[in-house]
Amino acid sequence: MPTATIDVEALAAASRRRKARERFLTHLALILGIAVFALPIWITIVGSTHDTDTIGRGDVPLLPGTEAIHNYTTAWFQGGGGRNTFAVPASTMLWNSLVMAILIAVGKIAISLLSAFAVVFFSFPLRMVFFWMIFITLMLPVEVRIIPTFQVMTDLGLIDTMTGLTLPLIASATATLLFRQFFLTIPDEYVEAAKVDGAGPLRFFKDVVLPLSTTNIAALFVILFIYGWNQYLWPLLMVSNRDLETVIVGLTKMIGIGDTQNEWNLIMTTAVFALLPPVAVVVLMQRWFIKGLTETEK
Amino acid sequence: MRKKVIFRGVALPYLLLVPQLAVTIVFFFWPAGMAVWQSTLRQDAFGLRTEFVAFENFLDLFGDALYLNAAWNTVIFSSSVAALALGAALFLAVQADKQIRGAGLYKTLLIWPYAVAPALAAVLWLFIFHPSIGLVGRAFGAIGIDWDYRVNGGQAMTMVVIAAAWKQVSYNFIFFLAGLQSIPTSVLEAAAIDGARPFRRFWTVIFPLLSPTAFFLLVVNLVYAFFDTFGVIHALTRGGPGNATETLIYKVYVDGVQNLNFGSSAAQSVILMVIVIALTAVQFRFIERRVHY
Repeated sequence: MPTATIDVEALAAASRRRKARERFLTHLALILGIAVFALPIWITIVGSTHDTDTIGRGDVPLLPGTEAIHNYTTAWFQGGGGRNTFAVPASTMLWNSLVMAILIAVGKIAISLLSAFAVVFFSFPLRMVFFWMIFITLMLPVEVRIIPTFQVMTDLGLIDTMTGLTLPLIASATATLLFRQFFLTIPDEYVEAAKVDGAGPLRFFKDVVLPLSTTNIAALFVILFIYGWNQYLWPLLMVSNRDLETVIVGLTKMIGIGDTQNEWNLIMTTAVFALLPPVAVVVLMQRWFIKGLTETEK
Repeated sequence: MRKKVIFRGVALPYLLLVPQLAVTIVFFFWPAGMAVWQSTLRQDAFGLRTEFVAFENFLDLFGDALYLNAAWNTVIFSSSVAALALGAALFLAVQADKQIRGAGLYKTLLIWPYAVAPALAAVLWLFIFHPSIGLVGRAFGAIGIDWDYRVNGGQAMTMVVIAAAWKQVSYNFIFFLAGLQSIPTSVLEAAAIDGARPFRRFWTVIFPLLSPTAFFLLVVNLVYAFFDTFGVIHALTRGGPGNATETLIYKVYVDGVQNLNFGSSAAQSVILMVIVIALTAVQFRFIERRVHY
């Protein structure tokens, strides 16, 4: 029957059209979503390539200008941008942020590896008491104990030091929990084999536990590097010496209360500098990043 | 849970624990203890005399209009941030989960804002909404809207909510996408064969299967909005105009660091600690249950 054939073809064509329309709408939704995400970044990058007057006048540029080299070298070597603050070069602030982020990430991983190793591979009095003491720090974020922690730092003479900036932040319940969870999956046979070979606990840690943990360490490093780089309240409290200024806090100090007379192009340039390292880490190490994120939250 | 085979050691395990415990005791327990102790003290205006007042600092807070205002702001702010960040992330995750070309690229382009610090997110949105240099801020002015978040409290609240939610969408997106991808295709095919239309399929089949993820994310988002958004508010509005965006965390900072009212600030810290403990307990109880899922 010829009519039936036509019907089938028409139906198939209609279904194809509907599928194509659905696909188009899906792409459109995702592209719009990405555009909303990217808009502020685009405006910032474009702004960092124009001169102060263009932005100050309020003619918000949508396409890159010609001042990029001037802005980036000025921000890097001299800093500036805010009207009421003493300028700190972006290179200094980025260096401080980098040192802070690496010290926090490495410190957290190191002390958590050691304490998780002790809790899992040894039996000793008060083992679980210590474990709970570490665990409970999850419930004491710095934001809820601002003043007393500041007073402790003053008593210890750690204000305005890199030690003061990083040391209090390296205690980590999440990293300890993650490593403990992972160590529990290491087969007992490995420990037995090590004992038969006459290897002590430290040898076992160095030759077996550490190599097995590399993926976990990499995943955790990505998360903790971002955590360290993005610290705000703590550096704001701890640092008054501007040679120790970190880039996120330094940037908001440049803006002040949002004075229209600010050199916005330099502020935007500094914002691009502040943005690049953590975003690069996430994009380049995406696989470890997602692993780290989904596993630390378990 | 523990291992059957272990090492013998008397001093070694303690030595391994020393670094973590030292940092924990000096920088966590000591200050937390001091917060509790200080919350029961009051200093006179010149900081010369300190007296024990038991719970008076707490009672004063509950009668203080500014504190209640901060509590109310926190409720509005946190629920708006969570709703916006979860809704947008769920929508985008459902789109990105479909079988389309370029799904990997879309995913990468949607997850990077996770790396942006809350304070930096605030700065980026300031470039958009600033009344005289911002793209949208000026456009609002041009079409006759009286836009200046520096004087209008409602506009200021809108801005901090957008900046804070924007940064959190990526995080939620990653978890929603992982949740969607773990739903067995057989379940979806069965629903499709039964003739359920996509929209109906989503609410009756997919969403219930996602609800553990959604609930987990709700708690995480509330914790984020409560405690990690200090930078957004400090960078954009400083709690103003006229306390319109002052949240509980921000008020601890203002009373402790700027007004030097230690007793009250410590009492507020103690209240916040109770809130964190409650939220963490909810989170862990829930995760215990999620294992069965």
